[in-house]
Amino acid sequence: MNELAAAVPWLGKRNPTAARWLILILAIAAPLIAWQFGRSWVRILDFALLYMMLALGLNLVVGFAGLLDLGYIAFYAVGAYTFAFLASPHFEVHLPFWLVLPLGAAFAALAGIMLGFPVLRLRGDYLAIVTLGFGEIVRIFMLNLNYPVNITNGPQGIGMIDPIVLFGWDLSQNLQITEDFAINSLFLYYYAFLACVAGSILFIRRLQISRVGRAWAAMREDELAAKAIGINTRNLKLLAFALGATFGGVAGCLFGAFQGFVSPESFSLMESIAVLTMVVFGGMGNIAGAVIGAFVLALLPEILRHIAVPLQQALFGHVLLDPEVLRMLLLSLAMILMMLLRPTGLIPARARYAHPENLHRSSQP
Amino acid sequence: MDAETLQQLINGLVIGSVYALIALGYTMVYGILGLINFAHGDVLMVGAMTALQTMLFLMGVAPGMSPVAMLTLALLVAIPVSMLIGYTMERLAYRRLRNAPRLAPLITAIGMSFLLQTLAMIIWGRNYHTFPQLISTTPLQPVEGVFVTPVQIVIIVVSALLMIGLTLLVNRSRIGRAMRATAENHRTASLMGVDTNAVIAFTFIIGAGLAAVAGVMYASNYGIAHYGMGFMPGLKAFTAAVLGGIGNLGGAMLGGIVLGLVESFGAGYIERLTFGFLNSSYQDIFAFIILGLVLIFRPTGLLGERVSDRA
Amino acid sequence: MKTLLEARGIGKRFGGLQALADVSLTIREGEVYGLIGPNGAGKTTFFNVLTGAYTPDGGAFAFDGGELPTGKPHRVVARGIARTFQNIRLFRELTALENVMAGHHIRTRAGIWGILTQNRHTREEERETTERAYELLRYVGIERFADTVSRHLSYGDQRRLEIARALATEPRLLALDEPAAGMNATETGRLKALIEQIRGDGVTVLLIEHDVKLVMGLCDRVAVLDFGRKIAEDVPAVVQRDEAVIKAYLGGGKHAH
Repeated sequence: MNELAAAVPWLGKRNPTAARWLILILAIAAPLIAWQFGRSWVRILDFALLYMMLALGLNLVVGFAGLLDLGYIAFYAVGAYTFAFLASPHFEVHLPFWLVLPLGAAFAALAGIMLGFPVLRLRGDYLAIVTLGFGEIVRIFMLNLNYPVNITNGPQGIGMIDPIVLFGWDLSQNLQITEDFAINSLFLYYYAFLACVAGSILFIRRLQISRVGRAWAAMREDELAAKAIGINTRNLKLLAFALGATFGGVAGCLFGAFQGFVSPESFSLMESIAVLTMVVFGGMGNIAGAVIGAFVLALLPEILRHIAVPLQQALFGHVLLDPEVLRMLLLSLAMILMMLLRPTGLIPARARYAHPENLHRSSQP
Repeated sequence: MDAETLQQLINGLVIGSVYALIALGYTMVYGILGLINFAHGDVLMVGAMTALQTMLFLMGVAPGMSPVAMLTLALLVAIPVSMLIGYTMERLAYRRLRNAPRLAPLITAIGMSFLLQTLAMIIWGRNYHTFPQLISTTPLQPVEGVFVTPVQIVIIVVSALLMIGLTLLVNRSRIGRAMRATAENHRTASLMGVDTNAVIAFTFIIGAGLAAVAGVMYASNYGIAHYGMGFMPGLKAFTAAVLGGIGNLGGAMLGGIVLGLVESFGAGYIERLTFGFLNSSYQDIFAFIILGLVLIFRPTGLLGERVSDRA
Repeated sequence: MKTLLEARGIGKRFGGLQALADVSLTIREGEVYGLIGPNGAGKTTFFNVLTGAYTPDGGAFAFDGGELPTGKPHRVVARGIARTFQNIRLFRELTALENVMAGHHIRTRAGIWGILTQNRHTREEERETTERAYELLRYVGIERFADTVSRHLSYGDQRRLEIARALATEPRLLALDEPAAGMNATETGRLKALIEQIRGDGVTVLLIEHDVKLVMGLCDRVAVLDFGRKIAEDVPAVVQRDEAVIKAYLGGGKHAH
């Protein structure tokens, strides 16, 4: 809990304890509040948590290590398709969740290393384009690998994917507490995802303030100087790609199981860009930024959808801008304006790469 | 050379010259600013869509107009509109980011690309539009079994003329000299009295104009246009620019043609090469694979970085 | 005295420019060794080849009784050679403390698993890294700026921080590339004291420097490079009177200060 809060330092300046409890209570109560507006809002929150995991993973690559990856969604796809292959009627394989999740993470990490090796020497902007190409290649294969052997089922995607089952407890079923009171499955998924996000934050925070996090920061700031102090930039880049991909892969598995259906459409370049915007919007290299960025940019389009559509109907009698267009407009403007007006992102706090508890010992002159 | 090979050679040359025209815009901007203008492909789309809009308007008001006049007028509208877009992007966004942290301009350019696509989606909708094929697409058969359409001939000729024109502009004119000086070193150029801001704006404008022509030709060839049509050719043209040696005008042209040929032959032979496992729907991955290979094994591209040619 | 570093016939060519030609020199343990020469003589190239930033076209280095790997900077650092840069290269957005802590990277071992579980070894190592970093900041005299983002430090303090960061790699040979460049007389004096202190603590120092007074006052031995060739190597007093050296400096149109 302390470490989680330390990852969000700007909240805890005046009254850290209160701020921590507030976050905890809000995180737990969020779906209850959302439920008041309709069950679809709980579902939106569930997706927001998945986006948080993606943003956290991409932030590790882009923000910590300074490697602009435009094909990140490919790892999400690897995770989701791994789950779909190993736990659905598609191949008539139904492996348990606890086995498929690490496999999905491992395959994604492997894909990350496969991408990492050839691009190690590339400069920032070239790297961006090559990773974009990688993402597109993965998508093209997903779209077309239904012929001559049907592997991915092409554009139709794979359906009827098994739900998450933890120790015989099926998250896709409402949890019956008493005769007439049950906890909706969407809540169960929410808390499962929340636990994953909390775990991710904890892990990433520990990485950030470790020797590895400092080495990434050094490499990002000045690669030549980083080499000159003995940092093996090749291995550290590969590690960043592999770990970032792992988060993408885990999120992908959760997505596949939650949605019950995967198709190439969910892994378009636009999704890579959306996750990147979340990271950029919140502030690159900043854990709190990635979380807030994902939360805001996953929710805002949905809020707009619910406000803008009826509003346009009332004003013009028909819908001028459909929700998908609104989302793209919002994301692209967020990206441009953020870079022009506030390139450090929403959360200006600079990240620490040393243990905070050790930092207070410096004597003042 | 058998008919099939010749056919693929022609197809490759046609699409390659379109890539080359777009690649010039990438390479000029990269040569001067070191920026990958990610939105360059979408300027192509703006050109094609504006031309489409103009043609539809002209067909309404002057149905009897000759196709050549109509196409010319459409270009005369599409080119300035695209140029305006190119100029606006530079002036409002990229110029402010010249001294920003290194990832900022690229992220902005990605945002620009998606903003242009979204705006186009709002104006023209999501649908594919039929693009009037004003130049005949009835194939001629110069050799038995080999087909070439008049529009394809026009594409090759127009591209060649524009490339010659641009080369002359950069190498012979005053503004061309200023462009080369700015590419060499901004500070020195401005100390020598070159208005580097104007030169950079001019570079964007010229690149956008070429992209508009490329867009109209691309749409004329395939007979369709839509909001996302600029993305793939944009990426491929970028690949062509890198393949030829980014920052190098001759390289962009060569890279475009080579990429066009690789794609054309690749699409023709991929099924045979992979024993039927991969078919021509994988055509788009050639560009990415080439891009990766070039960047890894020969990052300076085919022609290296000939400083004298940089613009 | 024992030999620490021996360069044998190092050559490096960039296109048509022979930046280093058959350079051989010997640095003894515990000395301050100066490398001087006119601009463009190949001093920094020698640093870059020594520290693995460039691969030499010919020749080899023997360090501390073994061959030194070429073209692999991290392995050179691991063997005990650290460097600073002519134009200071700090991790600008990191604090002074974090810069030095990053310098300790190569002497620490914690892996992903240790970091994830924060096991005892990892915590212990992290505590040592922090303590060692504070020590080094104190050593170079900028402890009070530990929490300052390094790009906000004064020029002289940035130089000192860069030296502290290099020392954090626990080198046996510290290679300084023009550490006094841009410093005033007072700052140069303090720098001289710092280098002497470093030598006193058993670290051999290789120094590229333009400030001839500093070199002559500080170095035990000096080598002179001109057009990529070594034209002299001896104690400062002898080198100063060497015909070829005087000619190189005057003939190149570059005056020694």
